[in-house]
Amino acid sequence: MDDLFNLDLTLRLLGLDFVQNALLAAAVLGVVAGALGPLIVMRRMAFAVHGTAELAFTGAAAALLLGVSVEFGALAGAVVAALLLALLGGKESERDSVIGAVLAFGLGVGVLLLWLHPSRAQNKFGLLVGQVVTVDSANLVVFVVAGAVVLGVLAVVYRPLLFASVDPVVAAARGVPMGLVTPVFAVLLGIATALGVQTVGVLLVIALLVTPAAAACRVTSSPVLATVLSVIFAEVAVLGGMVLSLAPGAPVSAFVTSIAFAIYLVCRVIEHRRLAATRTSRRVTQPTGAAAAAPR
Amino acid sequence: MTTEPVIQLRDASLTFGSRTLWSGLNLDVAGGEFLAVLGPNGSGKSTLLSVLLGQQRLSSGTARVAPRDGHRGNRGGLAPRGIGYIPQQGAVEFPHALRGADLVSLGLDGHRWGLGVRGAAERRRRVADAIDAVGAGSFARRPLALLSGGEQQRLRVAQALVGEPDVLLCDEPLLSLDHANQQAVSELIERRRREAGTAVLFVTHEINPILSYVDKMLYLVDGRFSLGRTDEVMTSATLSTLYRTNVDVVRIGGQIHVTGPHSAVCEDDPHHPHLQA
Repeated sequence: MDDLFNLDLTLRLLGLDFVQNALLAAAVLGVVAGALGPLIVMRRMAFAVHGTAELAFTGAAAALLLGVSVEFGALAGAVVAALLLALLGGKESERDSVIGAVLAFGLGVGVLLLWLHPSRAQNKFGLLVGQVVTVDSANLVVFVVAGAVVLGVLAVVYRPLLFASVDPVVAAARGVPMGLVTPVFAVLLGIATALGVQTVGVLLVIALLVTPAAAACRVTSSPVLATVLSVIFAEVAVLGGMVLSLAPGAPVSAFVTSIAFAIYLVCRVIEHRRLAATRTSRRVTQPTGAAAAAPR
Repeated sequence: MTTEPVIQLRDASLTFGSRTLWSGLNLDVAGGEFLAVLGPNGSGKSTLLSVLLGQQRLSSGTARVAPRDGHRGNRGGLAPRGIGYIPQQGAVEFPHALRGADLVSLGLDGHRWGLGVRGAAERRRRVADAIDAVGAGSFARRPLALLSGGEQQRLRVAQALVGEPDVLLCDEPLLSLDHANQQAVSELIERRRREAGTAVLFVTHEINPILSYVDKMLYLVDGRFSLGRTDEVMTSATLSTLYRTNVDVVRIGGQIHVTGPHSAVCEDDPHHPHLQA
């Protein structure tokens, strides 16, 4: 543990190519995860993200067995899973149980696939908790392209997607193609999840796709500002976590999740204080008239 | 006011399996007209709105919504251009990161692709005007989820009006609001009708808050319906025929009260939990 804050060692490691690749990949992931996060939170899809990540693992395990690229296996698994969850879990009341059923089965299949291939079992741990230092420059190109595609598509569908996410009843009435924006978002989510699986791992993807946005949504009620803050929080968590993990050589995910959670806690405290202050000031200047009644 | 109907149903019927919600419905609503739609749960009031919004196809007959921009439907469905829609209070549970102003802004152009960076200034101006028009300026920048039902419903009205609709479809907008807020929301909708000649189709369980605005009324019960002026429909004889049981319609102090073996007309509970998606 003496190495935990070894600045000298950290700086020396930061000069290495593969570390810089890893940081670039993480930066891309931070932007993508931060941008999608508020929509995930608004659509109450934290569990769906987790389910998608588990199935990315299944896809990666299948790729291992078939001898094709693990990255593409994870990507295929995540996209298929996200689409499956979006299409099967149509009603919100059923979504939870659909995800539970699908992810349990998918994880079971993944374990079986890994067991069928014991010689490469060392990948098991890497997939679950992340292995970002294995990102090479070819992977980096895939990362950047995938990230650009996600952000580009998001820019095109953003307004109807936001409308459908926060106000589905009126969005449908106004002609937002709900049957289109839902699967499109699922594919974006699948791609982002697959990127996350390769850095922080299956088990901790939520730390980047959900926690920063959940924190941002605590301190602002503006969807745009929430997205900006969410990106900043995700970058701080993923880059900060990665740099801190260098010297001790510890798993990246432990640091990433700790930073993300710390940000979340701070945001909750800020929100709590602000709400308390609002209540006090409203009690003093109580508006008149029934139409300005107190909040529920 | 135009005399050309902006909402037109011809011999329209809607059947689910063996259950007929309504059939042989002929309906004209002209610009500036206020139509109230009443009836017990499951009588097809909201489904009528779905038909007009193009979300539900008729079993037979035709439906046409023709805002003055000459918009026409396609495939029997109707693209909701020029149409404002106000759902019932509490139909959507709003997320934390959303303000009233965002809701109104989405009502203006939320259905358009892109980020909407171009025209942002114009959008801000129109949204601010719509918010001012419903007197929501003091709370439009606060989280929507923290506002009262009445405040949310005012913003709903602004959301529906910001697109300057020629047709306004309201699905029980007064549900679970207190009396003062029912009055306030009704008055805002009425003002739009009066000032802009917007046709209003107003589904409600509560006739009294809108009694003085209503031009005509459609009362649906179990596949039967009555269409006409309020004083034609809201009579003991008409409602007794519709409900096939003895119903008394009593007028007290400018209000209408309906008594009888049913409780549907005075019911005031949200009854569309499936909408809370």
